Amino acid sequence: MGRYWLPLMLLALAALAAFLLSVTVGSASVGVADVWAVLTGEGTQLQRTLILELRVPRTLAALATGGLLAVAGALMQVLLRNPLADPYVLGLSGGAAVGALLAMLAGVGGLMVSGSAFAGAMVATLLVFGLAHGTGSWTPSRLLLTGVVVAAGWGAVITLMLAISPAERLPGMLYWLMGDLSYAGTPSLALVLLALACLLVVPLGRSLNVLARGPLQAAALGVAVRPLEWTVYVVASLLTAVAVTTAGSIGFVGLVVPHMLRLVLGNDQRLILPACALAGGILLMLADTLARTIIAPEQLPVGVITALLGVPTFLLLLYRSR
Amino acid sequence: MSQLRTADLIIDVPDRADGRALSLQVEPGQIWGVLGPNGAGKTTLMHTLAGLRAPRSGAVLLDDQPLAEQKRRTIARHLGLVFQERQDGFPATVLETALIGRHPFLSSWQMESADDLKLAQQALSRLDVAHLASRLVSTLSGGERQRVAIATVLTQSPAIWLADEPTNHLDLHHQIAVMELLTEEAGHGKAVFMCLHDLNLAARWCSHVLLLYPDGEACWGPVERMLVPDALERLYGQRLATTELDGAPVFVPVR
Repeated sequence: MGRYWLPLMLLALAALAAFLLSVTVGSASVGVADVWAVLTGEGTQLQRTLILELRVPRTLAALATGGLLAVAGALMQVLLRNPLADPYVLGLSGGAAVGALLAMLAGVGGLMVSGSAFAGAMVATLLVFGLAHGTGSWTPSRLLLTGVVVAAGWGAVITLMLAISPAERLPGMLYWLMGDLSYAGTPSLALVLLALACLLVVPLGRSLNVLARGPLQAAALGVAVRPLEWTVYVVASLLTAVAVTTAGSIGFVGLVVPHMLRLVLGNDQRLILPACALAGGILLMLADTLARTIIAPEQLPVGVITALLGVPTFLLLLYRSR
Repeated sequence: MSQLRTADLIIDVPDRADGRALSLQVEPGQIWGVLGPNGAGKTTLMHTLAGLRAPRSGAVLLDDQPLAEQKRRTIARHLGLVFQERQDGFPATVLETALIGRHPFLSSWQMESADDLKLAQQALSRLDVAHLASRLVSTLSGGERQRVAIATVLTQSPAIWLADEPTNHLDLHHQIAVMELLTEEAGHGKAVFMCLHDLNLAARWCSHVLLLYPDGEACWGPVERMLVPDALERLYGQRLATTELDGAPVFVPVR
C-alpha cells in the first residue's frame, strides 16, 4: 500500500505548498501570516477582499481545472490506447470554443458564455461519437481520426468567427481561446466533480490497467470492454467539458501531466489517476501564479504559460524516451 | 472441473463457405492440438471458443451453458487464452503483466493480495522469466514475451487452457518446457486446446487432434487416428516423409 500512499501524500503536500504560494504571491503580495489571519476571520478589509474574493477562488479554479484536465487526459490515453492523446484530441475544446465565441459575439457575458461553451462541448462529444460509431463498431483509430477531422472543422469555424468579429471583442475571445482563469468565479461544481471522478476511477482502476493491454486481452481476462469504454468516454468528456467551461481551453496539462507521472510512477491507473488530479492542479496553480506575476499588474492567459512550459518539457521527454 | 463443448459450431471466417460444423467436446485431462495451414481459421476458432468473436452459427458451451449467456468475468474464471499476437500499448513490467491474470478473481475495490503476488511469482519461475520480473515487457525478446504471456495465463490458472501457437518464438528447449507444462496442467485435470504448426510436437504431446482445412472442412479425433501421412499431406499440400521415434511418429517435409 505504501507504493500508493507515499507518492499521493507527497503530491498532496506539494499541492498545499502551491496553493499557499498562489494565494500569497501576486501583484500585491501578502504574507502567509496574513493569509492565516484572514482565514481565521481577522485581517484588514483589503486583505479579506484580496484573499477571499480574488485569490482563493481563482487558485481553487486552477486546482480544479488542472486536475480535471489531467485526469481526463489520462482516461483518454487509456481509452485510445495512445499515450499521446489529450482531453481535446476528439475535438471537444473546438466545440466548446465555438459555443463560447458565439455567446461573446452575441454580446452576452459571464454565465451565458460558460453555458454556451458547455453546450458546445456536449455537441462536439456527441457528434464525434455518433460519427465514429457509424455502422456499429468503433475502434480507437477510427474514433481518433473522426475526432481529429472534426477538430479541424471546429478550427475553421473559430477562424471564421474571429475574422468577422468586431475588433473590440477580439481580445476577450483570444483570451478565452488561450485559456484564462480571470473570469473563473467560484469553481464549486468543478471541485465536486473532480472529487467524484477520483472516487469513481479508483474502483475502475484495475479494469483500466487491463484495458490498456488491448480490448481482446481485457475481454479474455473478464472485462466487459464495451461498457467500460463507454463509461471512460462519458466521464472523460464530462470532466473536460467542465474544465473548458471554467477556464477556456488550456493546453498541454492533459497531455504532459499523465505522461510525466507515468515515467516516474509506472502505469498503474489506480495510482496514476488520483496522482493526475493532484499534479494537474499543482501545475495549473503554479502556471497561473506565473501568469499573474510575470508582467504584473498586467496578466497573461494561463494557457500561454502551460504551452510555453509544456512544449519543451514534452519534447524533452520524447527525446529522452528513445 | 470445467468442460468445453461446441454444438454445430461454424466459425465466421469472412468469404468462406460454412464447411463442416464442429461438434466436439474437450474433457478435463485432454490435450487437443489444432493443425491447419495459414488462413485455415485457427485463430478465429480460438477467439470464438473464448467468446471474443461471435460464431456464424451454432454455439460454444462452457459447462453446458452458452458462452454468449455468461458474464465475461465468469468465463475468465474458467477459461484462459494465450494470444498469438499481443498489443503492448503501454509499458508494463513483467510482474505487473503476470499479475493481471488475477483480475477475474478480484472485486473492484480489492487490491492484489500477497497470495496473488505469490501465484504470479511462481508462474514466472515456472516459465524461467522470474529474473526479468522488474523489466518492461517491451524490452524483452520475442521468446521471453511469449513465456510472460503463458505465465499470465498460468497465474490466471484456468480449468480450460486455450493457447494460440504457444511455442511461437520459443527456442527448442523452451518449446519442450512449455509442452511439459501444459501436459502437467492436463495431469491436474485441466483441459488444453491449442493451435500448433509443429506436427511432431502434436504427435508427441497431444491426445486429440483437430485438422482444419482452408475450405472449412474439418475432422477430429484421437491423435493416433488423425496423424496419418495422407491426411496431413492433403492438409498442408506438402509431401512428407514419416518415421518413428520412441513410439511416436516423426514427420519431415521432403523437397
